[in-house]
Amino acid sequence: MLVSASIQMLNVPGEGEALAKVAGAWTLAGLSADMPRLLAELRSAAASASAWNLDDLQALDSVGAIMLWRAWGYHLPAQISMDGATRAWFERLERYGVGPRAVPPPESPLAPLMRLGGRVLAFGRQLVDVAWLLGQLALDVLHLARHPSDIPFAETSANVYKAGVQAMPVTALVGFLIGVVLSYLSALQLSNFGADQYIVNILGIGIVRELGPLLVAVLVAGRSGSAMTAQLGVMRVTEEIDALAAMGISRTLRLVLPKVAALVLAMPLLVVWTSTVALFGGMLAAQVQLDLDMGFFVATLPRVVPSVNLYIGAVKGVVFGLIIALTACHFGLRVRPNTESLAANTTTSVVAAITLVIFADSLIAIATRGVGILR
Amino acid sequence: MSESVVRVRDLHTRLGGAWIHRGLDLDIARGEVVALVGGSGSGKTTLLRELIGLGTASRGSVELFGQPLASPDPIAARALRRRFGVLFQHGALFSAFSVYDNIAFPMRELQLLDEDLIRELVLLKLAMVELQPRHAPLMPAELSGGMVKRVALARALALEPELLLLDEPTAGLDPDRSAAFVHLVKLLHEQLGLTVVFVTHDLDTLAALATRVAVLAEKRILAHGSLDEIVTMDHPFIRNFFAPGMRVRGPH
Repeated sequence: MLVSASIQMLNVPGEGEALAKVAGAWTLAGLSADMPRLLAELRSAAASASAWNLDDLQALDSVGAIMLWRAWGYHLPAQISMDGATRAWFERLERYGVGPRAVPPPESPLAPLMRLGGRVLAFGRQLVDVAWLLGQLALDVLHLARHPSDIPFAETSANVYKAGVQAMPVTALVGFLIGVVLSYLSALQLSNFGADQYIVNILGIGIVRELGPLLVAVLVAGRSGSAMTAQLGVMRVTEEIDALAAMGISRTLRLVLPKVAALVLAMPLLVVWTSTVALFGGMLAAQVQLDLDMGFFVATLPRVVPSVNLYIGAVKGVVFGLIIALTACHFGLRVRPNTESLAANTTTSVVAAITLVIFADSLIAIATRGVGILR
Repeated sequence: MSESVVRVRDLHTRLGGAWIHRGLDLDIARGEVVALVGGSGSGKTTLLRELIGLGTASRGSVELFGQPLASPDPIAARALRRRFGVLFQHGALFSAFSVYDNIAFPMRELQLLDEDLIRELVLLKLAMVELQPRHAPLMPAELSGGMVKRVALARALALEPELLLLDEPTAGLDPDRSAAFVHLVKLLHEQLGLTVVFVTHDLDTLAALATRVAVLAEKRILAHGSLDEIVTMDHPFIRNFFAPGMRVRGPH
């Protein structure tokens, strides 16, 4: 049985010298019982002892060896008694150059400026990457126009199914609930003015033109955008993208383009689907709250909401789909082979996609401000 | 000195409807370097995983240092797990950490050592596996295959284990690097007095490193002895395994 580590000061009579006696198991296990006390004792022993005795040392590992080594100031004391195996430990430490920490050079006063510059440059590089991705996609489309047999139909259709068809239940549920909420809230205000029937105008314009596309974009960015980033990211980590490139298959053509095409196709359809369900939810709530007949709602809707609003909603769907897919693929291809980078890029992808979508939405709102709204 | 570090009794493992181990017994004494050999799919890695508690046997018992791995007391279970280090086949380095942080991670988890001591320990472990301090800030993705194994070995050694388990330590290394790695493990075994259990397919690694060989075949440990004893046994699997280019040169 090993005795736990200990250190003892002995005064050698007559010679006026202090002898430090180190004994027991100076191993991680032996030291862990009473580490802080031993460290303090070791420090005071190192300050006063002129000779060391390690003959009763039962076991030594790198933790114990480094603790002693450090207490001695990274060299063997002049007077020391120990066996060969222990000596070998300290010789090894000396050979490996275990020494005090080098003082890091002081930070340059320009460091904050340099960090800022680094960020700006990194952002610039990202823009270059986006431009490269767009250019490559354009080249791919040109290539496909000349070689239609290379069109990745299977991948595109798989992506339409995953990002479009499978998103239908959740977009419908969210759309329905938002329609109900919007209808209830507006009905309370409108009935104050006796303007009940204008609920059709508010819900029609609001949902078809604005809320439907935006809701779908947020849901798809969270649902499919993150999946796309993670998929491309993991493919980077596992070198699958390199394997594709080695087979002479373009990663943009086979991986990016199908995703972009799928979202561009599926998003306007999802927008129409979600807007329809949301209007239905609003209609039901109006019936309950305002006692507004559903037949009246359906008959009034085409009169007060010009059909151009439907096109604006669908075009928004196309634009948002393009933004989400491109953002997702851009960040997916930026993933470096480690888990941290995968997590960071997936998060950034979703946040950037939603931000860009809202940015684009406001641009479209300004550009189409005179279109499709009855005065 | 005949204390058993590893003691497996009557181990039965059923995976995917097939028996992998049936009535497997294994004893490994302190200070031995045991090679676990067997054909592909014979359950070597499964056995190794059961030794470290990553897999559970259908029946039978596994004891390390005389204690069962599955302990109801989480503190005791953790203390037992700190007594062995594992080198996974592909290194299993934490990809989000640098080399330095990978090795420092288990030390920090102890919540016992101060950061200065950890720094010196990490540099010592790096030197032990013959890496330079300049390798410390590298990320695992920037390392070559041989360096990944060395860093993983340094991490396995971080908490001064008494038992070192290596899964295919030289797989994927070229002969030069694999010989260097074997030399390194052997040196560490001599310096630190470790007990080493390793799984291998490579006869050169086996001959250079193992003091004893355990042959896993027919769902049990078919034979367990020194290399010289094993190669003279008359069994079809052993004949086939050791036949091609066998270098009958013991480890001593």
